[in-house]
Amino acid sequence: MVRKVMTGNSATAYGALVSGVEVVSAYPITPQTTVVEKVAEFVSDGSFKGQYICVESEHSALASCISASQTGCRTFTATSSQGLLLMHEMVHWAANTRSPVGLVNINRAVGPPWSIWADHTDAIAQRDTGALNIFVESAQEILDMVIQGYKVAEDPDVLLPFIINADAFFLSHTFEPVDVPDAKKVQEWLGRYDPPYPLDPDDPHGYGSLTFPHQWYMELRYNIKRGMDKAAELIPKVSKEYAKLFGRDHGGLVEEYKTKDAEVALVAMGTMVSTAREVVDRMRDEGHKVGLVKVRSFRPFPQKELREIGARIPVLGVADRCYTYGQEGPLSTEARAAVYTLKDRPAIKNYVVGVGGRDIHVEVLRKIFLDIEKVKAKGLDKESVWVGLKRPPGEPPEVM
Amino acid sequence: MADQKASTRERMKGKAPKFTIPTDEWMDVGHVGCQGCGGCHAMRYVLKALGKKTILSIPACCWAVMPTVLPYSNLKVPMLYTAFEVTGASISGIRAALDVRGRSDINVVGFAGDGGTVDIGLQSLSGCVERGHNVFYIMYDNEAYMNTGIQRSGSTPRGAWTTTTQVGSTEDWKREPKKNIVEIMVAHRIPYAATASVAYPEDLVRKLKKGLEIKGTKFYHIMAPCPTGWRYPPEKTIEYAKMATEACAFPIYEVEFGKYTINKKPSKKVPMKDYMMTQGRFRHLPEKEIVAIQKEVDYDWDLLQKKEQWTKDFK
Amino acid sequence: MGKEKSEKRGRGEWKNYADLPPGPISMRSTRGVSLTGGWRTVKPVIHLDECIKCMTCWKFCPDVSILVRRDGYPRIDYVYCKGCGICANECPKECIVMVLEDTPVEEEPEGEAVKDKEG
Repeated sequence: MVRKVMTGNSATAYGALVSGVEVVSAYPITPQTTVVEKVAEFVSDGSFKGQYICVESEHSALASCISASQTGCRTFTATSSQGLLLMHEMVHWAANTRSPVGLVNINRAVGPPWSIWADHTDAIAQRDTGALNIFVESAQEILDMVIQGYKVAEDPDVLLPFIINADAFFLSHTFEPVDVPDAKKVQEWLGRYDPPYPLDPDDPHGYGSLTFPHQWYMELRYNIKRGMDKAAELIPKVSKEYAKLFGRDHGGLVEEYKTKDAEVALVAMGTMVSTAREVVDRMRDEGHKVGLVKVRSFRPFPQKELREIGARIPVLGVADRCYTYGQEGPLSTEARAAVYTLKDRPAIKNYVVGVGGRDIHVEVLRKIFLDIEKVKAKGLDKESVWVGLKRPPGEPPEVM
Repeated sequence: MADQKASTRERMKGKAPKFTIPTDEWMDVGHVGCQGCGGCHAMRYVLKALGKKTILSIPACCWAVMPTVLPYSNLKVPMLYTAFEVTGASISGIRAALDVRGRSDINVVGFAGDGGTVDIGLQSLSGCVERGHNVFYIMYDNEAYMNTGIQRSGSTPRGAWTTTTQVGSTEDWKREPKKNIVEIMVAHRIPYAATASVAYPEDLVRKLKKGLEIKGTKFYHIMAPCPTGWRYPPEKTIEYAKMATEACAFPIYEVEFGKYTINKKPSKKVPMKDYMMTQGRFRHLPEKEIVAIQKEVDYDWDLLQKKEQWTKDFK
Repeated sequence: MGKEKSEKRGRGEWKNYADLPPGPISMRSTRGVSLTGGWRTVKPVIHLDECIKCMTCWKFCPDVSILVRRDGYPRIDYVYCKGCGICANECPKECIVMVLEDTPVEEEPEGEAVKDKEG
């Protein structure tokens, strides 16, 4: 094991390297570019022994990863916003072919107007594809989750692509000390990727033929559901296994912070969780009984976990770094659905914050926590508010 | 007469049949290609030339439907069905994966229609060729989006009726000339690009076997007539494929590291009018348009012959 | 997964979602299942008297439905032949004739096997 100071993008590349990835196929896009550059560095110094394809578009990146995965190799790609949207067709394709491709997405706002800063729209847009969708808050977590991602995704009952999301610039370009586990030990734990039906002239099959409504499309999709359900089971298990072997436990589908006796809690994803932890500590010192729920896995969604938390904590504020027009913030929508069957449902208020990379600093989160406490005291006023928006004079601010 | 018959029988008794192409079949019966489908010929000959150790990647096209439905396939080699535009990327990925696992002996073949190559598939093909992956790319050309019902493609020749260039009172047949994909490939400095035809299987097999000895991307543009889309009786597929070459509408040539060699030089050039009037898709053409088309064909043929001249001393 | 279940999956004998392979993977040939001979309205008949065993018909059949008998003569596989007529159109000796589908045809019995089938 080696401890180095590195950026989230470097950690991404190291994660792929130590996982024994065999084919990397990627296209540069800000702010993911230093990922592909780091991989190229590994190629040039001989540490990466696999094949690195400098494809001509993101769509081709994922398409070539899928066919390489079908041939029987462990594959990896990375992208952001426009690139992820361009390869969206292939994200569906990867899930539908049951290819456990590893994809690190540096969350970036979708244009126009051009914006290279952190926003979750790109990741949320993959919600319905059948790909695993994980959000991390540190460079160390990116690296650890790339490795754990392969462990979960390559399980013969899962076989789905996985997306690890890391916020643009906050993670991709900031430095932190990262433990890089020993590659040999990691690859021993992961084993070689061994799909049941690799492309092999000695055992020829067709992969992806036409199928009729009366058979077998619906059953194949149901099997993807079963795969995703198995992933929900495996993610916390693998996390514990990883902790035993490599000494770090980032949690399961969710990670709770000071929620045991919390009266209110904030539910959030991505780097705003790091800031929120600091705010929770400060407010606890002041006597506020606040807690924090970090949603790590957006897909599979932690339905059981949120239901259990909703049964304990009467008011939840759910922060979203993007918005689903015509509905509300996506995390909030899903959280509401998760707690729906509870007899005593918690009140849920959605805070849309940090869209397009707008800074979510300590003061913003503090105001949000105070607002959640106000909901507890006075009841729910609005279901969804946009925080930090520049409003015309006369329009009431969303959060006092 | 009876004596002549007896003599043919007598002569043939005990004689072995003459095969001019490999006899192993890597394509089984029961596929649902149309009667007389040129695309079926193309697949049959490609697999005969390349043999068992072959992996096919096929995008949306007629061949994505011909092996029928799950759980059946008439192909005896692995076949990866992919989305429409990704053939070039798909074969790059398969090649990379095979090379990592030490199986560089397995042929990787992208087998796509004209639409999936010159239109929607052009980007990924260009990327693949530019990177120089050691793969085969076969484009079987039936000159329209036939699988979806005869819509025009960049490879549809000038003058053709298609469902998206219907003739009518506005004379809306396809006005634009056919994209010359082999020339686009040559511009990429591809090691080997060739045209071939289902009418000349020996030539196609020879070219594919030559490709086995060349490292890099090998591109084959195969003329594969379609009775359904071109509007002619199915038994004429081979005959009209031959006629396309004899009219110089589809010259058979190869370009090896920039050196042009024309493989079939028609002794008697068939007029374009005769070639086009065999097919219902051209029968609406007025004399003026036919003359213009003949001029274009003549120009292209002349230019091709000049290219052969210019490059004849290339090594 | 039990061996028997795994074998059934491998033959494409699927009855429910649990029988399926992980992805949409084809397991067996169309042979015996897709009997395209039913498409015909006309069928080819080869008159062996004029046949010179040039194998042009075999070469140009898009449906792999012309087989080679042990005596070296071609034979139509009527289970799969679609009746496209290419063989009849291309035969240099014009010894293949297209007749209506319900015309009764008697196939000539195979003669002595030839030693070597390769050209």
